[in-house]
Amino acid sequence: MTKVGIKKSTGIAALLCTFAAPQASALSLEELAKRLDALEAQNKHLMTENSQLREAVALTNDKVEAAVSATETIVESTSGIQKLANFADKTSIGGYGELHYNNLSGKGGAKDKDEIDFHRFVLFFGHEFTDDIRFFSELELEHSLSGDGKEGEVELEQAYIDFDLNEQHTARAGLFLLPVGIINETHEPPTFYGTERNPIEKNIIPATWWAAGAGAHGELGAGFSYDAYIHSGLNVGDDFKIRNGRQKVSKAKANDPAATARIKYTGIPGLELAVSAQHQQNMGQGLVAGLDSGNLIETHAIWSTGPFKLKALYAAWDIDGSAVKAAGADQQKGFYVEPSYRLSDKFGVFARFNQWDNKAGSNSGAAKDSEKEQVDFGVNYWPHEDVVIKADYQYQNNDDGKDQNGLNIGLGYQF
Amino acid sequence: MKKVLLFSAVFFFQTAIASGVYQTPEAFLEKTFSNKLPPVSTIWLDKEKKQAISGFLQHSPTFIRVKYWQQGSKTAWILHEVGKSKPITVGIVIEKGKIQQLKVLTFRESRGWEVKHDFFTQQFDNISLNEELQLSSSIDGISGATLSVRALKKMARVALYLEQQL
Repeated sequence: MTKVGIKKSTGIAALLCTFAAPQASALSLEELAKRLDALEAQNKHLMTENSQLREAVALTNDKVEAAVSATETIVESTSGIQKLANFADKTSIGGYGELHYNNLSGKGGAKDKDEIDFHRFVLFFGHEFTDDIRFFSELELEHSLSGDGKEGEVELEQAYIDFDLNEQHTARAGLFLLPVGIINETHEPPTFYGTERNPIEKNIIPATWWAAGAGAHGELGAGFSYDAYIHSGLNVGDDFKIRNGRQKVSKAKANDPAATARIKYTGIPGLELAVSAQHQQNMGQGLVAGLDSGNLIETHAIWSTGPFKLKALYAAWDIDGSAVKAAGADQQKGFYVEPSYRLSDKFGVFARFNQWDNKAGSNSGAAKDSEKEQVDFGVNYWPHEDVVIKADYQYQNNDDGKDQNGLNIGLGYQF
Repeated sequence: MKKVLLFSAVFFFQTAIASGVYQTPEAFLEKTFSNKLPPVSTIWLDKEKKQAISGFLQHSPTFIRVKYWQQGSKTAWILHEVGKSKPITVGIVIEKGKIQQLKVLTFRESRGWEVKHDFFTQQFDNISLNEELQLSSSIDGISGATLSVRALKKMARVALYLEQQL
């Protein structure tokens, strides 16, 4: 079989030759050479063209690179004019604001509150002198109108200079927010729940609380950070109300300074633990008889995991002096607990239980029935990450029976 | 007294590289590709990509192309985004659609220093984009550092999205 196979294939090859031979002979060698020459010429031409194209592409790439770099530089500097660009690069502007509507009904002798108020309009200005020296300021217009007999105030809440000593430590001097509580330093409306700020950080801490002084802040490693400042003190009057003792660094009495220190742990994502301590050398700047030194302790925890967040804060004053003791205002304290749940990027719901007492040192006379309780619950809606609309209901259960209950609606923004 | 001075000197004047820079992009890339740096590639933002990225950033991008480095299925990206007022620079390494590493290279904001540490950025490990182009798992924030955390999440989404487009 094999022998036959070979014979067959030889036969086919021979046949093919006989058919192919006449075709091959149809093209003369001369013609073939001509065609080859033509091909060679064409090839040469293509090669030249190709190398020209390569050069052109490379040039275009360079041009694109240069054009894009130039465009990006212009875009990044926010202006084509270099002088302006340098300024914009070193100077930052920001701000936030909030409009509040309160519809509260009073009972037990408490007043009704039906009010619409542009509570805060704030502008930030910052400037970077060098990589290591920065200025930051916050100018606020409260209640939209200020002047004699007007409801509002124009306030300089921050104006300080930070000097970086190294990567971990920064010295600060000027007028700054004290490192106490959650809201005092971070109070842009889209960052917290509830139209109005919580009553503990309003009446005990008292946010927004700033002073003039100097100190340092920085990192200690392992998730710990610190703040430590010597600064102007409170000037509480003979009503012993902490909030009214804020001097706002406006020709403030500076007979007796104060000191504040904080240790904060944020070494696990989602967790913040902090303790602040403050010593006031004289709560009334030596101007109120029977009112001496005071100490404030504040501690808080924030735990967030996924959409769930829990905030808890406790703050307490311990004040020396015979008069303040007699009024029961030697102890002033309060706490709140606030669970919240983020339903989506745009919606979040919260509830908050607050309890505080500005006359917790005694239970008789004017200090009797001084404990206050408030429950808040509501919703935040963020149409944009920097814009928030808030609606919440507040329910009070104060020992003196004077309660304000009702609805708060707010609009806030930051940029 | 001498001891106090010495202590202060050590405490405050430790040597450090340029303020706010934790790793240069070059060092990050060299480490990522074990000193065998592949050539740089460029991805251009066409209309569709620009629109998607504007959605992630909540503002239009200031760039019209992004440079990246690729070796096999591994890509590295260097991106910038402003937190509160200063740009934060991150290096992101992606392998097979998942973040292998996210590292803060430059951070100059006055708040939110936590985000530059590994204990925070480790949360991005193995994260990918889901069908809605959101990060596949949630990132626990740092209170008081909302804007810095937000900037990092935005950059992670941009890098993962662009890697999908290659």
